[in-house]
Amino acid sequence: MERGVFTVVTFKSTFDAIEAERLCKEHEVPGRIIPLPTQVSADCGLAWRMPPTPEARAAFDEATAGHVRAAGYYDLKL
Amino acid sequence: MIYLNNAATSERKPPCVVEEMLRVLQGTGSSSRGASEDDLSAARTVIGARLALAELFSFDHPERVVFAQNATLALNMAILGTVRPGDHVVTTAYEHNSVLRPLNYLAREHGVQVDFVPVAPDGSIYLADVKRLVTPGTRLVAVTHASNLTGAILPVGEIARIAHAAGALVLVDASQTAGALPVSMPALGADLLAFTGHKALMGPQGTGGLLVGEGVQVAPLLHGGTGVHSALPDQPDDYPEHLEAGTLNTPGIAGLGRAARFVLETGVEAIRAQEAALRERFVTGVRRLPGVVVYGLADRLEHVPTVALNVGTVDSARVADRLAYEFGIATRAGLHCAPRAHEALGTLGQGAVRFSFGYYTSQDDVDAAVAALAQIAAEEA
Repeated sequence: MERGVFTVVTFKSTFDAIEAERLCKEHEVPGRIIPLPTQVSADCGLAWRMPPTPEARAAFDEATAGHVRAAGYYDLKL
Repeated sequence: MIYLNNAATSERKPPCVVEEMLRVLQGTGSSSRGASEDDLSAARTVIGARLALAELFSFDHPERVVFAQNATLALNMAILGTVRPGDHVVTTAYEHNSVLRPLNYLAREHGVQVDFVPVAPDGSIYLADVKRLVTPGTRLVAVTHASNLTGAILPVGEIARIAHAAGALVLVDASQTAGALPVSMPALGADLLAFTGHKALMGPQGTGGLLVGEGVQVAPLLHGGTGVHSALPDQPDDYPEHLEAGTLNTPGIAGLGRAARFVLETGVEAIRAQEAALRERFVTGVRRLPGVVVYGLADRLEHVPTVALNVGTVDSARVADRLAYEFGIATRAGLHCAPRAHEALGTLGQGAVRFSFGYYTSQDDVDAAVAALAQIAAEEA
């Protein structure tokens, strides 16, 4: 798997991660669920990985606004 | 998908378990909540499950097999029901958060003193540490039968002897061993034994329980309807109602009971031999790979079929993601709810990738996992 920079969104709970996935699929936001990178935290958990573009971030925010508690946004080399 | 996350849950269940749950879901009454034939049928199903589990754990008191939704609830019932404010508890650094967090809560809120038997960097634990920490007056020694991280089997029998000599109760967490190893309540010296139904026992999620040895006093965590002794203002003293309040999960318990019978019919020793061979094949394969570090392999340790490893300094989450996304192999990265075990092994920052095998894992699955890891190690280490 090629390494690259991605925007990683972390969540308050698994509820938010799976709900974000559903909303992103519904609104065709590019990206997918990944295990939480240890660069953020070695805690167990799920995160959303998407292209590091303002367009993707805007699409994610629009799709999930008011429904999902995002804990943080990180641009990471994965 | 090749499911190598059996320490989390067994993905596939024996067909007889599915059939039994279907039978119950298609029409059954409520156990201990009526005397009609349908309600009696439900009661017989539940009692059948108690009998199967008592047999599995070589326990002479099926009425003291108490059902719970999982091992976490069973462990909470045992810990919160026996430890009093100011008591002393000894546990190990191998424990899961289902033991650590109730104890942390008791330490913070009720002045309970908790001591941890350390885990050495090679995964060993030493009985000398148990002897040092357990003192007359220690209320409870809570110990896992096997680590959910490295699979290391703990010398529970010896630990229990030390605990009993000091007058302490022994609580065994059999979450990783029930169904995978012979687990005998008397041979282990357990006063209390918590188990889950959905891992190596191959029952449904939402099932588990606590075995309470004769004469062991446990204050109920839950209070409510029992279907008997309804005029009493408090929980009845008799088992299983003493610790079971509310309608039981009869479909789940039916599946659990059938799963326990399946394990008994198949033979725990046969399952153990099959899974140990898979683990051995995997460990032999991956230890040869450049940069791969397998944790907790101290020579004198035996293991359930669970292996924790890392590929060099590569993020464990990346390795697990590649295994799942590129190779269709399910593992688990991160800390596995066992922060003290990771701390002991030096993997608190990197986490680890955990491979865990089960009854339905094939040799081909193991070979595919070794091959995938070889490719990842060659590319990333």
